[in-house]
Amino acid sequence: MDIHIRDVSKRFGAFRALRDVNLDIASGELIALLGPSGSGKTTLLRAIAGLESIDAGQIKFGEEDAARLPVQGRRVGFVFQHYALFKHMTIGENVAFGLSVRDKRHRPAAAEIQRRVQELLELVQLPGLEKRYPNQLSGGQKQRVALARALAIEPRVLLLDEPFGALDAKVRKDLRRWLRALHDRTGYTTIFVTHDQEEALELADRIVVMNRGGIEQSGSVDELYEHPATPFVFDFLGSTNIIEADVLGRRLVHQQKEIATLHDSIHPNGPVDVYVRPGDLRAVEANSPGMDVFVRWVQRTGPIVRAEVNLSGTETVLTVELPHLHHDVPLFKADARLRLRMMQFSLYPRGSRLPSRSVVEPPILIGRERERARLS
Amino acid sequence: MSVDHSLLDPPKLPFEPLIERNAVITEQPWVRWLLTALALVFLSAFLLLPLVSVFVEALRGGVHAYFAAFKEPDALAAIKLTLLTAAIAVPLNLVFGICAAWAIAKFEFRGKQILITLIDLPFSVSPVVAGLIYVIIFGAQGWAGPWLAAHDIKIIFAVPGIVLATIFITFPFIARELIPLMQEQGQDDEQAALSLGASGWQTFWNITLPNIRWGLLYGVLLCNARAMGEFGAVSVVSGHIRGKTNTMPLHIEILYNEYAFSAAFAVASLLALLALLTLGLKALVEWRHADELAATRRH
Amino acid sequence: MRARTFTPIPGFSLTLGVTITYLCLIVLIPLAGVFFKAAGLGLEGLWNTLSAPRVLASLELTFGSALIAACANAVFGLLVAWVFVRYEFPGKRLFDSTIDLPFALPTAVAGIALTSLYAGNGWIGQFLEPHGIKVAYTPLGIIVAMTFIGLPFVVRTVEPVLREAEKELEEAAASLGANRWQTVSRVILPAVGPALLTGFALALARAVGEYGSIIFIAGNIPMVSEIAPLLIIIKLEEFDYAGATAIAAAMLVISFTLLLAINGLQAYVRRRKA
Repeated sequence: MDIHIRDVSKRFGAFRALRDVNLDIASGELIALLGPSGSGKTTLLRAIAGLESIDAGQIKFGEEDAARLPVQGRRVGFVFQHYALFKHMTIGENVAFGLSVRDKRHRPAAAEIQRRVQELLELVQLPGLEKRYPNQLSGGQKQRVALARALAIEPRVLLLDEPFGALDAKVRKDLRRWLRALHDRTGYTTIFVTHDQEEALELADRIVVMNRGGIEQSGSVDELYEHPATPFVFDFLGSTNIIEADVLGRRLVHQQKEIATLHDSIHPNGPVDVYVRPGDLRAVEANSPGMDVFVRWVQRTGPIVRAEVNLSGTETVLTVELPHLHHDVPLFKADARLRLRMMQFSLYPRGSRLPSRSVVEPPILIGRERERARLS
Repeated sequence: MSVDHSLLDPPKLPFEPLIERNAVITEQPWVRWLLTALALVFLSAFLLLPLVSVFVEALRGGVHAYFAAFKEPDALAAIKLTLLTAAIAVPLNLVFGICAAWAIAKFEFRGKQILITLIDLPFSVSPVVAGLIYVIIFGAQGWAGPWLAAHDIKIIFAVPGIVLATIFITFPFIARELIPLMQEQGQDDEQAALSLGASGWQTFWNITLPNIRWGLLYGVLLCNARAMGEFGAVSVVSGHIRGKTNTMPLHIEILYNEYAFSAAFAVASLLALLALLTLGLKALVEWRHADELAATRRH
Repeated sequence: MRARTFTPIPGFSLTLGVTITYLCLIVLIPLAGVFFKAAGLGLEGLWNTLSAPRVLASLELTFGSALIAACANAVFGLLVAWVFVRYEFPGKRLFDSTIDLPFALPTAVAGIALTSLYAGNGWIGQFLEPHGIKVAYTPLGIIVAMTFIGLPFVVRTVEPVLREAEKELEEAAASLGANRWQTVSRVILPAVGPALLTGFALALARAVGEYGSIIFIAGNIPMVSEIAPLLIIIKLEEFDYAGATAIAAAMLVISFTLLLAINGLQAYVRRRKA
């Protein structure tokens, strides 16, 4: 089932939770709505479900305008963060609930309902638990039951609200993989909300990054990670170093030192913010383009080696991360002097940093300059 | 089925819109109106009307007659006895309540549940039976009867009996308030204080007491209201001797049976005022200190 | 009762000692006295006393009326709790404080107030009597008084459970296709069931033992509208200590059974929720 969201807005009192949101979801996609709290991702999910009303805009399921339908009639499968299982009913009764409340014409026979419950429990790998009660199950099991319950009504779309947020880290990782496998098997259009970028990056076909009621960027994992459209997206998807610099022709200059050479002159002269990931900094020869740094400290944390370096002659501090077996690691010792190059970075106009919550303007999509240096 | 999609209660905090109840999970307006009306009619008929009628009947004879009812010597004696009884029973039960709550909330021991059930016992005993049990022990034909007579100590049909019966009836009130409260609060605060060098008493006065003060206040208020208003148990042990062993509730009964309705309601109105004061203080505490109450409960 | 694990908090012996001593002196020993005295009658003596027609009638009346009153409280208490937890209306705070009135108001005051209301010339009685419904001085009056005193029990027991009911459960039910009535009857009310039962039992226990609120409005006619506590007092005044004790013992047995049932229910609820 295709879903089309057009110019959807929603207010809660004076607070604008959604601002003119536009999104298209193709049938069978697994989409992540990713963002910090207050970004509107949960509101959007609930609006699609019909658990929240919208002030303006349209939500269409296929060709049908969903606003005509109350939540009972939309046939959406909703899974809550805290499972929302009915504690006084058995697992079997929980899963069968959606079928048992249908009116006589649409309700399957009791035996048929039983069969479906069994089938679904096997699908979520919890066979034979029909007679147990929710309080006898672990968190991960409960969430799988919640999923089975949602699937029982053969929903047009599956909506998951931070489905693994209440679970332990290990269980979370297992269930992520399991959910992906389930999706591949069943092919339901699935939308899930999360604030954990790792989860989104791992699970989704497409990620929609939201901030303050609007969509910052929507695209595949690669697109978002390699070509972040806004500073917010860049920073939200991973750790960030920010350097204030100026573009002068083909040179990128920070406090009168040249820190990089630009390959194209797309970007106009002027002040910019340089966003570079700790993992995209590498040591280079003394006469290569780059910047001189002074290593302040080095920290080995298992698979990653982290170092804090000072741009020589300035107060600017950068974080560098390397895999622990990388050949550059021995160079990073406290008090060492090195030359670093940014292998990949993004440029954004100065001052368009993560806006504070008191600012009211919507975030602007801006052009950015990409620089990919060839490894020497 | 038509559904109202409008949002009913806008959220109070801009960043927590999800805690509110919206149209999806609410009944339709006419259902809400009907249920609310039914509930309010029921409450008015059973609670408000009786309360109001007490004051209306009390003032039926005019304001003068109202105050005259209290100047009458028997009435004054009854008021004094009621106050005396409460003044003894409430502090004793207060000490007990605190001890019981401390023992139950701060320590683990076997038989704890049995103890809690035993403390609840007077709650489930009929007041008349409560009076009876003291008559059986201290009455003229009771166990201790001959011994007491020999030493010329009167308990039944005298003030000590009334005080004893009242203590029995109001026994659990303060403990019942404090036990769940202190159980919820756990032992962390006390253990922290002790680790910083405080003695047991210091910990109790400076740490525990402030934490439980609102529950304590409410328990004391309830205990007091019940102590002053107890009827059945006191009726059995008192002997109904006018001017000597009549508390206010008993005096009300006497006046009522003599058809002195206005006077009876006048004395009743005093107790009703006390009840209103108790409820009012409770509401005030809950309103003003809702956050504090919630914080001390949710440890 | 002395076994315990180590704890740094002082005062165990002191507080437990005070608690148990006070408990024994004020509650346990006197209560034991009743059972001893009742036992002194012998099983036959007890049976003879309790099976006297007047005694049986009073026990039946007391227990039967209490049952009806507790049922009324269950229904209306649930209604009141629902309305107060879920709806907003002007004066809610005021009404909410009055729900506890039967806790705080002395029973004698309630007794005379209810009587004056439901008597033939009372504010409510004047409307009912022309239709042949006599409340004051009849068993119906007893039920009314028992409903009054049991009212807060159901409301205050059910309210917290209703308040805690997560709205996600209702949203889940709605998303699965249930209409409002199905959600209420199959998801919310069953969850409230145990609390409702507990409140019912509490109201029942209170009504069975109640004296002050009832004797004014009841007719106190033997075999018709005489409650058991009143019979105990009458027997005491006739110096029939044995008779009074027998009835008292019977009432204590009923009360304790109810108390155990209530505690059992509450423990069951706690286990289910965990």
